[in-house]
Amino acid sequence: MSTHVMEYQLNGSALNPGDLQLEVENVVLRFGGVTALAGVSCQTRQGEIMAIIGPNGAGKTSLLNCISGLYRPQRGSIRFYNDGQSYDLTRLAPYKIAAIGVARSFQNIELFKHMTVLDNIMSGFHVHMKTGVLSGALYWGKAQQEEIKYRAYAEEIIDLLEIESIRKQMVGSLSYGLQKRVELARALAMRPALLLLDEPMAGMNAEEKEDMARFILDVNEEHGVTILLIEHDMGVVMDISDRVVVLNFGEVIGDGRPDEVRENPEVIEAYLGEELALSKG
Amino acid sequence: MQSGIFHSSYQKDMALRHTPAQKVRLLLIIVFLLIFPFLADNYYLTLANQIGIAVIGAVGLNILTGFTGQISLGTGAFLAVGAYTAALLAIRFNMPMWITIPAGALMTALVGGLFGIPSLRLKGLYLAIATLAAQVIIIWVVTHWDTVTGGVDALFVKNYLWFDGQQVRFNEFKFYWIIMAVAVLVVMAAVNLFRTRPGRAFIAIRDQDIAAEVMGVNVFRYKVAAFATSSFMIGLAGALIAHWRQIVTWERFTIEVSILYLAMIIIGGLGSISGSIYGAIFMTLLPAFLLNVGQSLGSAIPFMDRIIPFIQQAVFGIVIIVFLIFEPEGIAKMWRNIKDYFRLWPFSY
Ligand SMILES: Nc1ncnc2c1ncn2[C@@H]1O[C@H](COP(=O)(O)OP(=O)(O)OP(=O)(O)O)[C@@H](O)[C@H]1O
Ligand SMILES: [Mg+2]
Repeated sequence: MSTHVMEYQLNGSALNPGDLQLEVENVVLRFGGVTALAGVSCQTRQGEIMAIIGPNGAGKTSLLNCISGLYRPQRGSIRFYNDGQSYDLTRLAPYKIAAIGVARSFQNIELFKHMTVLDNIMSGFHVHMKTGVLSGALYWGKAQQEEIKYRAYAEEIIDLLEIESIRKQMVGSLSYGLQKRVELARALAMRPALLLLDEPMAGMNAEEKEDMARFILDVNEEHGVTILLIEHDMGVVMDISDRVVVLNFGEVIGDGRPDEVRENPEVIEAYLGEELALSKG
Repeated sequence: MQSGIFHSSYQKDMALRHTPAQKVRLLLIIVFLLIFPFLADNYYLTLANQIGIAVIGAVGLNILTGFTGQISLGTGAFLAVGAYTAALLAIRFNMPMWITIPAGALMTALVGGLFGIPSLRLKGLYLAIATLAAQVIIIWVVTHWDTVTGGVDALFVKNYLWFDGQQVRFNEFKFYWIIMAVAVLVVMAAVNLFRTRPGRAFIAIRDQDIAAEVMGVNVFRYKVAAFATSSFMIGLAGALIAHWRQIVTWERFTIEVSILYLAMIIIGGLGSISGSIYGAIFMTLLPAFLLNVGQSLGSAIPFMDRIIPFIQQAVFGIVIIVFLIFEPEGIAKMWRNIKDYFRLWPFSY
């Protein structure tokens, strides 16, 4: 694995490794008659990679949406710790949650399609930059210096994720795999304390998956960013995660180290043994 | 042969103009703008001033609709706010133009920002209807608030004050310099805006508002900011119209004007500053051209007089439709295609 010396600090967390970072407690989320989350509790600690797995419709994406403030749970709390403060994410607007260090990617890729790769990454710096409408329109002094400074940071992220050759391309014209990578780049620009990745490898070929797994490990191990990811590929999950939470019909049916979860009879039943058996073999 | 453009430093890479050809073209445009008024007669000066004002308004509307994705049918009314504010300050308080014009723009920014508030909840067609309401309400206020606006009667902007106490009579030639200066400043401001943080936030909202919010963009605040910024520029155009035409009446600011401006940015290119300029030029020159052709035809064939206005309307409409069918991304895109062709010329394809 290559070591990247970066001037841009990628990790936005002020916690020490192992500290409690995210505390989801008894979260209930309903859509009309559908209960997407039926009292979910789980935690992440600073510096770990936690995977959320579960069959389709189990509520994985819903949980991520609650954490990033897009959905408001009817009950429960989601506490997030950073900079010696504790925040209840169920009461904060998404843009404020972004500002305190929660970044994410989306299951269906939500890039800014008519921007270049570079501009997508630059827009990830939004909460760290200061230029407003007036100073931007004038493009004098500070505004210009800020652009140049962050442009250099963007190049560091581009190097890290090996997307040099496409930096000036419109993201709409890129392959699915590359778009996923750009989405990771944009999320990294936010300097996340907690990085939420919703199926970062879905729809990729084996080689692309391997690259993505390497980048995720790189970001976690070398830069210390806590990662919470949803993934269907059990091989990848068992390989890279420190802890696995299993959701089924909105309930947590397993939580532990990958090898523990793999042996959990309830989990095996939910999955009918198939995928887990595959990943073991 | 150029195989592409490479840059050694980020600052150079971030510069707006990269190739010598681009620099030469900019220089030619500047030289043209500087010598044009000395060569042109009053007719062409009037056209140029009309284009300049249209450029200012079109850039303003494009910031809101093309770049931020918030459709607006209120441009006519926002022009009216700028025009009436400037005219009333000049008439009632004898204020010089260098105050009335910025004041008109600021007032329009305020009103525009206010009417931008529904954009928090409304999108697409629903927002279009809300801005249509702005158009109707503002014009209603203008025509019914007789004591202040003079109601349906025209306002005559008689004074030509520039600096305090100093009466300068502004003719087309002198106005050319004011209008062009404002237009150049507005274009530069817009270009700068979209290579910095706030401009990216606007585009982010247009492309994917949920992702924008999750990236830390306060979407509501930025939408209102887009309305205010856009309206500021439209207000500038309105205030300039008041002083340039010396007569302000609500009939110049109807929904048709709103639609004309929308047509400018659609034909020029949504989300493109240069497109706003092309669109403003095209939509100002086309009717003038059709009028000229119509007049010469009318004098040649007597009975044509009566049908020519209809033919003009039809041709105007057809040209717009043809554009939308063959180059939906507007003149800006056509121009890019031409440039791309010549950049690698003679090795293109
Ligand atoms: N915005 C919504 N409105 C209504 N129902 C929703 C909404 N979002 C999610 N649901 C429902 O909540 C349940 C959980 O959906 P969710 O997207 O969280 O599942 P998931 O575990 O991410 O599934 P997948 O693996 O297919 O992505 C589903 O029954 C889904 O239909
Ligand atoms: Mg999902």
